[in-house]
Amino acid sequence: MAIIERETEVMVPVTVTPTSTYGVLKRPVSATGWRAWVFTVDHKKLGLMYGATAMFFFIVGGVEALLIRLQLAAPNGKVLNADLYNQMFTMHATTMVFLFVMPMAAGLANYFIPLQIGARDVAFPRINALGFWLLLFGGIFINLSWFLGGAADGGWFMYAPNSGPVFSPTNGIDFWAFGLQIAGIASLTGAINLIVTVLNMRAPGMTLMKMPIFTWMMTVVQFLLLFAVPVITVALFLLSFQRNFGARFFDVAAGADPLLWQHLFWIFGHPEVYILVLPAFGIVSEVLPVFSRKPLFGYPFVVFSGAAIGFVGWGVWAHHMFASGLGPVSVAVFSLTTMAIAVPTGVKIINWTLTMWGGKLYFSTAMKFSIGLIVLFTVGGLSGVTHSVAPSDTQQTDTYYIVAHFHYVLFGGAVLGFFSGFYYWWPKMFGKMLNEKLGGWNFWLMVIGMNLTFGPMHILGLQGQPRRMYQWTEARAGEGFFNLAFWNLIASIGSFVLAVGILLFLINVVITARNPTKSPLDPWNSRSLEWMTSNPPKEHNFDVIPTVHHLDEFFHRKYEEDSATHTMRQIATAEEIMAEQERNADKHIHMPSPSYWPIVLAGAVPIITFGMIFSHLIAVIGGVILLFAAFGWALEPSTAPESDFENNSSQGTALDKVGH
Amino acid sequence: MTTDTTHTATSAEHSENHGMSTAGYIRIAAILAAITALEVSTVYIDFGPFFLPALLIMMAVKFVMVVSYFMHLKFDNKIFSLMFYAGLILAVGVYAAFLATFKFFIQ
Amino acid sequence: MTDAVVHGHESSTGISNVKLGMWAFLGSECLLFGGLISTYMLYRGRVTGGPRPAQIFDIPFTSVSSFVLLMSSLTMVLAVSAAHKNEDRKTNLWLTVTALLGATFVGGQVYEFTAFYNEGLGFSTSLFGSSFYTLTGFHGVHVTVGIIMLMALVGIFKRSEVPGKKAEVVEMIGLYWHFVDIIWIIIFTLVYLIPV
Repeated sequence: MAIIERETEVMVPVTVTPTSTYGVLKRPVSATGWRAWVFTVDHKKLGLMYGATAMFFFIVGGVEALLIRLQLAAPNGKVLNADLYNQMFTMHATTMVFLFVMPMAAGLANYFIPLQIGARDVAFPRINALGFWLLLFGGIFINLSWFLGGAADGGWFMYAPNSGPVFSPTNGIDFWAFGLQIAGIASLTGAINLIVTVLNMRAPGMTLMKMPIFTWMMTVVQFLLLFAVPVITVALFLLSFQRNFGARFFDVAAGADPLLWQHLFWIFGHPEVYILVLPAFGIVSEVLPVFSRKPLFGYPFVVFSGAAIGFVGWGVWAHHMFASGLGPVSVAVFSLTTMAIAVPTGVKIINWTLTMWGGKLYFSTAMKFSIGLIVLFTVGGLSGVTHSVAPSDTQQTDTYYIVAHFHYVLFGGAVLGFFSGFYYWWPKMFGKMLNEKLGGWNFWLMVIGMNLTFGPMHILGLQGQPRRMYQWTEARAGEGFFNLAFWNLIASIGSFVLAVGILLFLINVVITARNPTKSPLDPWNSRSLEWMTSNPPKEHNFDVIPTVHHLDEFFHRKYEEDSATHTMRQIATAEEIMAEQERNADKHIHMPSPSYWPIVLAGAVPIITFGMIFSHLIAVIGGVILLFAAFGWALEPSTAPESDFENNSSQGTALDKVGH
Repeated sequence: MTTDTTHTATSAEHSENHGMSTAGYIRIAAILAAITALEVSTVYIDFGPFFLPALLIMMAVKFVMVVSYFMHLKFDNKIFSLMFYAGLILAVGVYAAFLATFKFFIQ
Repeated sequence: MTDAVVHGHESSTGISNVKLGMWAFLGSECLLFGGLISTYMLYRGRVTGGPRPAQIFDIPFTSVSSFVLLMSSLTMVLAVSAAHKNEDRKTNLWLTVTALLGATFVGGQVYEFTAFYNEGLGFSTSLFGSSFYTLTGFHGVHVTVGIIMLMALVGIFKRSEVPGKKAEVVEMIGLYWHFVDIIWIIIFTLVYLIPV
């Protein structure tokens, strides 16, 4: 079969010979080895690098979580001292939110948005690379603090005045603030890039309401990032200026209002919640229809409820602050808006349920994870509604009940969604299917583990166990069913069950990588455009840019409705559609060329922030590198000029051969 | 508003259509300068109860004029307006609510 | 079989990627300056023994430098207009004038900061001081970045090595420049003209 034969050939990227020097350096040309990754601007490679980085930080954050649970498994825990415990829970949350969930979503968006909209790359490939390197360097920068005097210890929302130099004299919070700033630039550039990509680079015929739902949800996320990141940027600058340059922003002695930080943080922080969970909603909305053999129920409702969540998400931030003395008017207003935002979320859950209703359900691992999300996210959503009731929330604030709530929405929502995506898209990304049997074990251990871990926390919280206390004592643990010792032990056991579940996933990845069996072209009988190309996709994604006529275009190319019986009958296989594309392939596809500048520019930023903390001279050096890289960048066209492409010569390139 | 939605070519080639003449730009700049002079005069002349609303209105007029004419938003594709005003309106709404929780407006 | 270059084909909306990206960025910047302005508005009256805004603001001076920045928007738009007509010399001239006006504004700000500091308003003096210098400083950094871009552009044009469409590059820097100007329009009214 033509597709399989070509695969090795397709892996050879376009050869570019730089004839001219732009600014300072010639273009990188290596197409193999580490240079092919480090200087790449290919959205798929960057997507995979985002994913690998996120997975690494997932493990780091997971180990931190296990240490926390070990400490709390028994009364008077001795695993960590109080100081280290503070650092541990702060970095666990920071790592999971900013260095795992956000980059993982960015990675999946990077990989699949261009494929789903029928584009060959993103709008700004070099900015895309810049975003990845900034994220990686920002993540490393934050974690450097472990080795340079101690990590941040103020909790992930770093309330003032606790974050001031008086209460946190190490450099941990400085690293934290600057590191998040760097990751923030990455998110902002990524958001601009993907918004422009989605608006401008859709295949002919793909109107907004024909876009796959994952792309839609990710677009909402990018708009949230676009507008939310600058708010935390302001907050982090105020904090850094206070800690490093003597500003007074959170200095109560000077008349400062500590609520300033809380407001700025949560104006960012609540949209952030939807930034974390909407990608998973998008994945689930892709997976459920495929394995229910039905189109998504009420596609426009899913789209508009997603947009509504994005919009209303801006008006609910103060519900994180009900216990701070906002005053009755503010509390009442934010209570009501918070109850309102449950509505569009409920709409989505109804849509997913009705998508499965009457479908021919196929319980693949991806499907199991998606169903797991519907159930467990709903649990978290319901405990969320209890927070919207301000009197009840006042009781729950800063207890384990809150911890239980946000782990159900984040682990039950975001993480299960990602795993569903991994199992669903693995054959697309790597050309091999993850082991389904191991996947089943992976799923059940994760679900059982997470319920054992986070379920008891509802009880612990309502019994009054505060979050962020490094020890609890036997004397105050209570008796009977509500005994804190019992439920803390269950939660700690659960966390290790969960860890084994995730370990099984990693084992599955290794087993799959060693397994020579290739995946079929369209293993799940999928519906959207990303499946209308080889596994993994060629560098230029599509031999010919498809013209789109339907929502679920790929499905409609495979199936046609029989007008007599109103049933779908197959008119083409995926292989036939691919073969058809190859025959009509575009010639002379010029992909954006690799570049040194993204990694150099990104590398300069942590040098500057490092200098801000330790020595301004280092910051100046970083600034010079930044300026140098910016000029190099500006002088280099993103696609090498025509004369640099070898396919003007008689031999032609790999891609040229593909065309025949 | 005469937003040109039908034009589809890249802006660089068709800017003559949505640009203005040099004289037009100078006229806009003159109006902006005049408003600025009026703004500064409020420091020296007592406008009584109209002081605050007048200043805010003049600020908004200048803002919209620069955005509409110098930044061509009035003549350009609607998507640009949507993108920019979405951010602007969100910023005004969110930060006004933020200041309201500090009872800023009833001091 | 058509020739297809990845970025060569007509975009779905018919508008250029760079311009759309620039407007998205400016929309995002609204939230950044909104946060800084709100922080200043909240803190402008909290002076803890330091000077009050009305005691140190020099309205005639700031009015002149505001006027200079406003006029730099005019010269910028003339540069964009000339670039679209491919009048290279005029483009370069207006870009240079814009950069000079911008530099005058930044120079004025440096003078103003020095004067305020001598009158007893340091960065750490009070909440008013911290939030005033942070807000106007952020704006000043934006203007400075704009000046660097303008000067770089003039330099690059002399060597005529600009990648992409020349007029579009000028237009993008123009959008950034005007945005910095409109932020100053707001700062001038809210910070300088409306008393505490």
